[in-house]
Amino acid sequence: MEPLMAFVVGGLFAAAIYMILRRSIIKLVIGLILLSNAANLAIFTAAGMREGAPPLIPAGGVEPMITPSADPLPQALILTAIVIAFGVLAFAVVLIHRAYEIVGVDDLDEMNTTDETKELK
Amino acid sequence: MIKSKSLILRTATRFLLPLQLLFSLFLLLRGHNEPGGGFIAGLVAAGAIALYLIAFNVDETRELIRFSPHDLFGVGLFLACIAGIPPLLMGHPYFTALWWRPEFPFFGEVSLSTPLLFDVGVYLTVIGAVLAIVLALAEAED
Amino acid sequence: MLLAVLSGFLLALIAPWIYQQAGDKAGWILAVLPACLAVYFATFLPDVIAGELIVEHYAWVPSLDVDLTMTLDGLSLLFALLISVIGTFIVIYGSGYLHGDRNIARFYVFLLAFMASMLGLVLSDNLISLFVFWELTSITSFMLIGYYHENDKYRKCAHQSMMVTVGGGLAMFAGLILLAMIADSYSLMAILEMSPSEIAGHDLYVPMLVLILAGCFTKSAQVPFHFWLPNAMAGPTPVSAFLHSATMVKAGIYLLARLQPGLGGTEIWMTVLPVVGAVTMFTGMYLALRSKGYKQVLAYSTIMALGVLTMLVGIGTEAAMIAFVVFLLAHAMYKATLFMVAGIVDHETGTKDLTVLRGLKSKMPVTFFCAILAALSLGGFAPLFGFLGKELMFEAVLDAQYLSALLVALAMGTAMMGVAVALILGLRPFWGELSDTPKDPHEAPLSMLLGPVVLASLSLLTFLALEWVDAGLIQAAVPAVWGPEFDFYLARWHGINMPLIMSAISIAIGIGIYWKWDAVRGLMNRLEWLYERGPEWVYNKSMYGGLPWVANRQTRIIQNGYLRNYLVTILMTMVILVGYTFFSRYDEPLSLALDVEFYHVLLALVLLGAAVFASVTQSRLGAVASAGVVGFSVALVYILFSAPDLAITQVLVETLTVILLVLVLFRLPEFVSFSSRGARIRDIIVALLVGGLVTVLLLATGQEQFYDEAISAAHIEGSVALAHGRNVVNVILVDYRTLDTLGEIFVLALAAMGVYAMVKFRAKDDEL
Repeated sequence: MEPLMAFVVGGLFAAAIYMILRRSIIKLVIGLILLSNAANLAIFTAAGMREGAPPLIPAGGVEPMITPSADPLPQALILTAIVIAFGVLAFAVVLIHRAYEIVGVDDLDEMNTTDETKELK
Repeated sequence: MIKSKSLILRTATRFLLPLQLLFSLFLLLRGHNEPGGGFIAGLVAAGAIALYLIAFNVDETRELIRFSPHDLFGVGLFLACIAGIPPLLMGHPYFTALWWRPEFPFFGEVSLSTPLLFDVGVYLTVIGAVLAIVLALAEAED
Repeated sequence: MLLAVLSGFLLALIAPWIYQQAGDKAGWILAVLPACLAVYFATFLPDVIAGELIVEHYAWVPSLDVDLTMTLDGLSLLFALLISVIGTFIVIYGSGYLHGDRNIARFYVFLLAFMASMLGLVLSDNLISLFVFWELTSITSFMLIGYYHENDKYRKCAHQSMMVTVGGGLAMFAGLILLAMIADSYSLMAILEMSPSEIAGHDLYVPMLVLILAGCFTKSAQVPFHFWLPNAMAGPTPVSAFLHSATMVKAGIYLLARLQPGLGGTEIWMTVLPVVGAVTMFTGMYLALRSKGYKQVLAYSTIMALGVLTMLVGIGTEAAMIAFVVFLLAHAMYKATLFMVAGIVDHETGTKDLTVLRGLKSKMPVTFFCAILAALSLGGFAPLFGFLGKELMFEAVLDAQYLSALLVALAMGTAMMGVAVALILGLRPFWGELSDTPKDPHEAPLSMLLGPVVLASLSLLTFLALEWVDAGLIQAAVPAVWGPEFDFYLARWHGINMPLIMSAISIAIGIGIYWKWDAVRGLMNRLEWLYERGPEWVYNKSMYGGLPWVANRQTRIIQNGYLRNYLVTILMTMVILVGYTFFSRYDEPLSLALDVEFYHVLLALVLLGAAVFASVTQSRLGAVASAGVVGFSVALVYILFSAPDLAITQVLVETLTVILLVLVLFRLPEFVSFSSRGARIRDIIVALLVGGLVTVLLLATGQEQFYDEAISAAHIEGSVALAHGRNVVNVILVDYRTLDTLGEIFVLALAAMGVYAMVKFRAKDDEL
């Protein structure tokens, strides 16, 4: 499965990067969502994937039901990454929304002169 | 925020909310042994309240949760931080896990631990942070 | 000795407080420290004359070979005495000159700090600490020159002096590091113990020398960097007196003299230094003769003196080094005096225009006495100490090894003009009929006269009591710059010889120039167009024209404000660096063995399809929906491949993301295509390159065991036994790696606060 996933993750990265390179701010947001998913999956794939062997230990036991089980460490890292990605996404979305309100354009190229406009005022 | 006119959604939410919150507590407490834990439980609870927000409105939601979300994640971070202090007092490194299993009538043996306290901190932080974001945005829409 | 250096900084710290307490008397109180330092250093004289090298070690950053070792030999001692003695008088003089100035406390602070830096510079043995003190003198002198910072022109002057000296200092820093590489030590003592041929023979000798000379020449205002020095007159006169007599500008000279036993003796050293020095001294004197401001003339004559000293160090013979020491001492005494006289004249008459000032003799007899003594010493008249300096200088140029004829010619020219300048400074303002000046002239207060009187008298007394000076200072200093085999005694009278004849001729012609000064100046002013295109013009052009131009250009290129340009730069850098490293190191074939089930392929296709659709669709809703499909498919991947916690989290976060997007995203405009076709093709290429690189890396990690399995195994093993938990992922989160998780929930809380702040600030803006 890992070689297949390698291509999927590469595809996700490519899509995400294409989107964050767009000039429309709303496309940038979609790109960010794709990018965090791609990054998480990349870690998940790199750690090695095992089907049907969760790192859970049955009651009374000392080791997982099926050994070797999936690696719990990357899972723990990804779990927090998912939640933080949500926080960061919320921040980015609000920031973009705010910028849109102030500048009044949704073209990132138009936003590169905001400093100058401020100065003129 | 567009206030939902759907009576079904409002009624269902009223019934679902306590269940969802209870379920989130369940996920929190069992998290150490089964899938669950502070992050997941916090997201479930926050999702439940967000549903309430969609069904009703910001003011009613604020009334429902009583606390400001900022206080929630403040308390959460505080609990998470102090979870590391008891071991410190006993001469262990910060955040060393300590376990305490008192016997209670009717409940039997109950496992209390500093990781549990920490997980409760995570739980409250996640609820607080997510709600703070969602409520701030919903308010801005009004 | 370290305490002696640091005491200056400490006193600088409390100087404002002392000024508050003592008021006008503060200058006298503060002068106690330099006076004590002078006495302290004087106590070392007997040991140093006996040939002893006094060393005190203080560790600073031992791991980097940086220490604060203080060494005291004849040269350091000579400088230390000059600094502390003149410093004493300057502090007292400053209290009179700046009497009533509201910033005078700042003057004390920086003057004392400057003095301490200067002491540190001449006492340091370690190249790095030497450089630190070197830069400290640049910075403190910047503050001193820019004392009248309300004035835009003065600020520019201070700025210029700092840019030139600090710029040179940086070059010198590189040179010092090269020197340390050659000698394999940062200690000056160790470097000077090496045989000169070993240093000169090293491959790095020439670059090292060029860099160090760049630092010394800028600091000591050699042509073509001389222009900053007259502008540095922007500071109050006591500052000029201190900076230009014995300190700041002499730092470069000090370093040259210090290094001459080790680095000198080569052909490049013995041609570059004398020629640069000789040209500098001639240019300096020429410009001095052309100017009419008292301080300006002094500034140019300082350039002359620095040129002479550089030339003498470059010639590097025994006679030259003796001349060096004598000239240094003579110059310090007369120049400090003359600057203080300039300050007095300016202070009491309100003008410093030498064409206006006449006949002050009767009103200011004491000042006149100081001025004439010092000026005659400058001109090289007997019986003053400067006479010796000039004689010895002539002697040194006469038997210079290289280019002797050129040096002699320039020296003669300089000496002639020097005589004229001396008379212009010492005689002209005081002689003749009293002229009208903006203020009614009268004698200066004691605090301002003390320094000039003592120093001017010294110019005379040192000549009269030459044997004592010789035994007490010269015999101590010369061995430090020449070598222990030194057998020479100064004498007042050498009989009628070549230098004396040259001296006589120069005096005769010099008096003639003085007589016709106005005519000479008129002639010189015809060359005005030449001065306007000098090095200063180049400096101003590059500093105020070239530099902003370059800055604008590079900002426009590097910080163009286009997010995608930044991203493309970052991404392509990553692709090139990572890709290059990977493909140059990893040579195993990548396995593409696809051991997959049908539903794996289905899932993969859904993921890819949704991602591609999200990025090509023109519908906002379609993009959001397909991003959602990607999210839920990822959750499916997690659930299939044994990560139940991740799957639950992913599903919940996807749900919340939808709410978030509903709340905000649909308030944003519809999708619009802004990019041109070319930009889109470029972006597709970049995206595919990054995606391809990730794929290749993941393929490689799949077949390479790049971490230790034991880590995960240990986590699983300890889960029940140590942490009493059966969900290993959660155990990791709240037990094994609690501190990580704590950091992460803090990030989450911060993001929430950021969102809150942005939303709330909007409310405020609306009110406005």
